[in-house]
Amino acid sequence: MEQLDYKKSKRKYWLLSAASVIVFVFIWWFSTAVLKLAKPITLPDPVTIIKTFIVKLTHTAPDGGTLVGNTLASVKIALSGYVMAILVGVPLGVLMAWFKPVDRFVRPLFDLLRPVPGIAWIPLMIVIFGIGITSKIVVIFLTAFVPCVVNSYTGIRQTRDVHLWVGQTFGASNLQLLTTVAIPTALPFIMTGIRVALGSSWCAIVAAELLASSEGLGFMIQQARGINRPDIIICGMLAIGAIGALMTFLLGIVEKHVVKGVMHK
Amino acid sequence: MDRERQIKNKMITMQHVAKTFVTERKTTRIIDDISLEVKENELVALFGPGQCGKTTLLNVMAGLEKATSGEIIVNGEKVTRPGPDRGFVYQTLALFPWLTVMGNVCFGPRMRGISKKEREERARYYIDLVGLKGFEDSYPVQLSGGMKQRVGIARAYCNEPSVLFMDEPFGHLDAQTRYLMQDELMRIWEKEKRTIVFVTNNIEEAIYLADRVIVLTNCPTQVKKEYIIDLPRPRDYVDPGFLALREDISSVVDKTL
Ligand SMILES: Nc1ncnc2c1ncn2[C@@H]1O[C@H](COP(=O)(O)OP(=O)(O)OP(=O)(O)O)[C@@H](O)[C@H]1O
Ligand SMILES: [Mg+2]
Repeated sequence: MEQLDYKKSKRKYWLLSAASVIVFVFIWWFSTAVLKLAKPITLPDPVTIIKTFIVKLTHTAPDGGTLVGNTLASVKIALSGYVMAILVGVPLGVLMAWFKPVDRFVRPLFDLLRPVPGIAWIPLMIVIFGIGITSKIVVIFLTAFVPCVVNSYTGIRQTRDVHLWVGQTFGASNLQLLTTVAIPTALPFIMTGIRVALGSSWCAIVAAELLASSEGLGFMIQQARGINRPDIIICGMLAIGAIGALMTFLLGIVEKHVVKGVMHK
Repeated sequence: MDRERQIKNKMITMQHVAKTFVTERKTTRIIDDISLEVKENELVALFGPGQCGKTTLLNVMAGLEKATSGEIIVNGEKVTRPGPDRGFVYQTLALFPWLTVMGNVCFGPRMRGISKKEREERARYYIDLVGLKGFEDSYPVQLSGGMKQRVGIARAYCNEPSVLFMDEPFGHLDAQTRYLMQDELMRIWEKEKRTIVFVTNNIEEAIYLADRVIVLTNCPTQVKKEYIIDLPRPRDYVDPGFLALREDISSVVDKTL
């Protein structure tokens, strides 16, 4: 009975969410295609966008890459920098939180770098590495690195004294306390850091491509702007939004499997 | 009777133990010269007012805190640091939320490098003993307060320590569950006798459970008085002997500051 109510209310909210999208698209379509409030060259109607989207999936004009190709190019670079940031950032945050000397050694440098937004690195990286893949991977790395470190650090610091006492009374060594008590405590926070880092990476890759690139979704958008093709710009934005949402969704599934013993809402 | 008690093995001997915390601002003396003995398989309740230093005293006995002066000997060995021969049961929040019941109960043996098969077999025995058969794969969030405490007891037992310290283990439970858990602890202890030092700020709980109640003073804490409880078990809260003892102990205990 309760199960049924739950399903019912879930469906109701799903309909409500769908309605917001439908209403939005309808207003857009009505004001562009019917009322013609904007010129197609400024803001095309939704039907044009869908057409362009389908065409652009396989056609390389005008920027030299298909939508699929550009998306893959962006994802590849974003993921490379992102994965490296996790591999370096998470252990670093954990070690800083657990070992005082590491904290003392790393902190001054880290505190100095932390407030610099990832995309502020782009000009310097272009000067050093040119507009190729390397400069973008480094920018993504720096962007994603900060939340990985900060959240891992905070997570380890959440370790409860009483849990450490329990560990100690069972004869756990300092290293065992870290791996069997502190890291499991930190895991939900580490996962949050990884999730935040994913969002920032995705933003940063598009920003980097807008500024300097020869392929990718940002590059495609920039090219389309140069030749006044708002339909392609919007297609690019849709792809950015969809891929971002997809990656966050996949990470959510991973998180559910990794983080145990909490109520999953 | 008294002679027989003396012949029994001494499990814990504390001599002139004091503990002072030194922080940047001030030094506070929490334990002021406590000497006491606990015999093998005895259940001793430490009863004292709130914030008098009960937890500190247990931590010192367990080796989690260093005594400022004095000496503690558990099972013939001087206590210098925590060790697997001294188990601990805390209030409800001490379970590892990321481990299942089985994972929690296995934790001690796992730290000592006992094989998975052997430790799970042993854990199963203690999970059964505390009445949680069928909940091996549940996580602590899925359990009630009383069940969590059962896991805590099983976890401490599973490491087969010579002494069990319990720091207000039923303090967070509602009254009904608390009575139930007191009976459960008695049942478990009758079946698997261990030396238990049980901290409580509930006078009835102390009399209901213990062979001996040690009343502590306010901070810096000392032993105020000791009571041997030789009422037959299971005890009855409204038995005249019980009530008389309760009256007696209430009259000597300090009020919380
Ligand atoms: N590490 C520490 N450093 C400084 N002071 C401490 C420390 N640990 C405990 N204290 C102080 O010692 C006093 C006694 O604390 P303790 O927790 O041992 O008392 P308690 O009798 O267990 O209290 P409760 O009834 O709340 O359980 C408290 O006032 C506390 O502030
Ligand atoms: Mg306490």
